Amino acid sequence: MCATCGCSETSHDHDGEQHHHDHDHHHHDHPRVRLEGVTVRLEQKVLEKNRRRAERNRAWFDERSILALDLVSSPGAGKTSLLERTIRDLGRDLAIYVVEGDQATENDAARIRAAGARAVQINTGTGCHLDAEMVARALVELEPPRGALCLIENVGNLVCPALFPLGEHAKVVTVSVTEGDDKPIKYPHMFRAAELMIVNKIDLLPYVQFDVERCVAHARAVNPRLGVLRLSATRGDGLDGWYDWLKTARAAREVEVRA
Amino acid sequence: MHELGIVADVIERVCESSRGARVTRVVLEIGRLTAVLPDAVRFCFELAAEGTLAEGARLDIIETPGRARCRACGAELALDRPFGRCACGGTDLEWLAGEELRIKEMEVV
Repeated sequence: MCATCGCSETSHDHDGEQHHHDHDHHHHDHPRVRLEGVTVRLEQKVLEKNRRRAERNRAWFDERSILALDLVSSPGAGKTSLLERTIRDLGRDLAIYVVEGDQATENDAARIRAAGARAVQINTGTGCHLDAEMVARALVELEPPRGALCLIENVGNLVCPALFPLGEHAKVVTVSVTEGDDKPIKYPHMFRAAELMIVNKIDLLPYVQFDVERCVAHARAVNPRLGVLRLSATRGDGLDGWYDWLKTARAAREVEVRA
Repeated sequence: MHELGIVADVIERVCESSRGARVTRVVLEIGRLTAVLPDAVRFCFELAAEGTLAEGARLDIIETPGRARCRACGAELALDRPFGRCACGGTDLEWLAGEELRIKEMEVV
């Protein structure tokens, strides 16, 4: 390609229209270009396409006064159990709509439907995280109504989802006491990106080595503003705190949307 | 391995920008505080470029060091991981540099 006029050899494109240069009327030399190539400054942010799509999702939620949360954790921390319980306890008063992300199977969406909420399953195949485009497509099918609570359960993974905003208002990271209490400093990006950390399965604390205080200290070292809730989704301890958090977050959305 | 998705995005963007010309070199800037490993990016790059205009292109990575300002005392400090402690004991840090993830430039022929 020519550095001066952008032409390649003798024919090139202008706005998609192919045309031909007569090189008798095109006086400049190309040798430096051919030998060394041309440096083109780009200064483009990587993952910009996802960020823009996420912004559009966010605007979509805001137009409908929907609170959207991205729920993240390692596999098996209890995200789906917490959703099931939340739907059973709050589903009567609150329209809860769920996007489920997993590499394979419809199992989680089936669990959510059995608990009484509408759910759309996304299978990412080999993908290790949801992206904003997948969520945009799921929302068309899910059709959450105005004022709904939209819970997006991401693929179980504490690394990749931190890099891919979906348009959510907040990320909620769950860590369970059967994991190591140093998870927050092992996977700092996710705990930094989150607004709330849920320490789940606290009913198992008598049987495991997990030190809740140490886990919270690690998490706050990474993110001093991180909110923390301790609960057991199966036994029910601490769920009131989670429900209060959801109600406060929803009320804050409504105020912001009205303003 | 989100690096593969990131590299695929990079290849797509440079091939779009090259408008049909062959891409011989790509320069990426990756901040130390991003969750992106330069080694993993290098590992994926050659594979992801196969069969595209960027096949065989050289990849250069500029790694930007992390820098932060302490929100408690205002001091600046270097960060080599995505958290740290200021000399004053503060851990509430405003990141100033190290989050870059950018295609700086490319060379085409």
